[in-house]
Amino acid sequence: MKDIIQIDHLDKRFGDIRAVQDLSFRVRQGELFAFLGVNGAGKSTTINILCGQLPKDGGSVVIDGQDLDRDADAIKRGLGVVFQTSALDAPLTVADNLESRAALYGITGAAYRKRLSELAELLDFGDLLRRTLGRLSGGQRRRIDIARALFHRPKILILDEPTTGLDPQTRRTIWNVIAGLRRSEHMTVFLTTHYMEEAAEADYVVIIDSGRIAARGTPLELKNTYTGDYITLYGASEEEVRSLGRDYETRKGAYRLSVPDTGTATGLILKHPEVFRDYEITKGKMDDVFLAVTGKTLEGGNGK
Amino acid sequence: MSRTGIVIKRNVRLFFRDKGMFFTSLITPAILLVLYATFLAGVYRDSFTAALPPALQLPEDLVDGLVGGQLISSILAVSCVTVAFCSNFVMVQDKANGTIRDLRISPMRPAVLAVGYYAATLISTLLICFVATGICLLYVAVTGWYLSAADVCLLFLDVLLLTLFGTALSSVVNLFLSTQGQISAVGAVISAGYGFLCGAYMPISSFGDQLQKALSLLPGTYGTSLIRNHALRGALEELRAHGVPEEAVEGIRDSLDCNLAFFGTPVGIPAMYAVLGLATLALVGLYILLHAVKKKTV
Repeated sequence: MKDIIQIDHLDKRFGDIRAVQDLSFRVRQGELFAFLGVNGAGKSTTINILCGQLPKDGGSVVIDGQDLDRDADAIKRGLGVVFQTSALDAPLTVADNLESRAALYGITGAAYRKRLSELAELLDFGDLLRRTLGRLSGGQRRRIDIARALFHRPKILILDEPTTGLDPQTRRTIWNVIAGLRRSEHMTVFLTTHYMEEAAEADYVVIIDSGRIAARGTPLELKNTYTGDYITLYGASEEEVRSLGRDYETRKGAYRLSVPDTGTATGLILKHPEVFRDYEITKGKMDDVFLAVTGKTLEGGNGK
Repeated sequence: MSRTGIVIKRNVRLFFRDKGMFFTSLITPAILLVLYATFLAGVYRDSFTAALPPALQLPEDLVDGLVGGQLISSILAVSCVTVAFCSNFVMVQDKANGTIRDLRISPMRPAVLAVGYYAATLISTLLICFVATGICLLYVAVTGWYLSAADVCLLFLDVLLLTLFGTALSSVVNLFLSTQGQISAVGAVISAGYGFLCGAYMPISSFGDQLQKALSLLPGTYGTSLIRNHALRGALEELRAHGVPEEAVEGIRDSLDCNLAFFGTPVGIPAMYAVLGLATLALVGLYILLHAVKKKTV
């Protein structure tokens, strides 16, 4: 798979503040790429530079083989962006909104109507077309935001916290649509999110802190590097668990032991088979990775 | 429809869908209409009759026609500019609520966006101002009609020109605004201040010499004078027909700013059109230039 986004030594300052410092990473075509960081870490600055909304102070950005400094308009044609908060016109109807945004890409008349009906079917908003956008629910509005981002068939879909504040069912619907698009159109998804279970589904994760890359890798690599494993033990007495000589915590009739890695867990089980009658081994979660890497937790994550 | 046409349609729809914005734009003409109809009309009527020779008896509707002409010229001169500022709030609102990001992530040329705002403001303002012109003409028809068909056509031309000017001025000013608070502040300042600066609330002739000279540097002054000339021409002609001496008629024209001077040199009607037209072109040029410069710095 080719690198569809190549960022090298990206720098951006706001006065004395270095919002982005020597940032370099790659995003491969068709992958779900998660870009994580607390508020103010530099995520939005990076996205704004990628979209041509903000000039960079240094480094290079190449998207789909085109240099941002020379071919910004061509790059814009290949990007679809779902902003953190809807940037559509609340007083207008859904159809009016999509018509005006489609026109920005030269999609008018019959081409507009054809694409509108495709997206209405895909995102199930055919019955909302005549409704005023400002009167829709958060989930309905989000589907329209995504339709707007997909209208011109972008190669890269940038999702800036797309599911924040949505109910679980709407979040699932949105992720199903995105997964379908990745399969059918080989679309690259560049995601920022505060929900770590969404980041755990990514093909590759970059965590930034204070404008610098703090960690990178697949979710598995990150979990293996930054967190240990957990063994949840059922049906054992506390005395038996204590005899294992490991840190543990009580969890609703079970005990959870922390071990540095899966090998240690296996060794422990083989050494004390009489204690491990009913158990499960789990990897650390992305929340643990994030906490270990940055020393911070993401608001709006699993806990919410 | 072309992409520019759809962008213009979006901006016009946004203006008319936002009830607050739409009614705010009508406040200035509405207040002026009420002010004149209930209070100032009487004041002006008394001032006219006091200026005329006591022996001269003029028909009631002629005096009303003069007062009405002054009233509608003031309303229209102010409305063309204040309504344009309100209509052009769409440009600022797009920045204030972040919608501009969604427009700028597209490959659309910034010129299309600039033309979209300008043309939409022009269309919205013209719609309102032409309707206001119609209502004003109805008012004059009821109180005292002395306008010819040519006067009416020229009145509409004046409104069109002044709207072009107001739209260009508001486009340049609003380009620097980015918050709701700034929108409200500028709206309030324009609504309150422009009427004085252009001689709509009070004739410039009633100001001191230095202030008159300073105000003669502002193009809007000539727009007001153009509308005044065409709104009052018929009634003033009728005064002459009733034997009012030319000096007295010219005195009234002077006092109502139908005659304007630029540092002592009289400014004729063609020169007024030229000033307004050139000022509009200069502002449109500045707007395009500023748009391009702002885009480059982003």
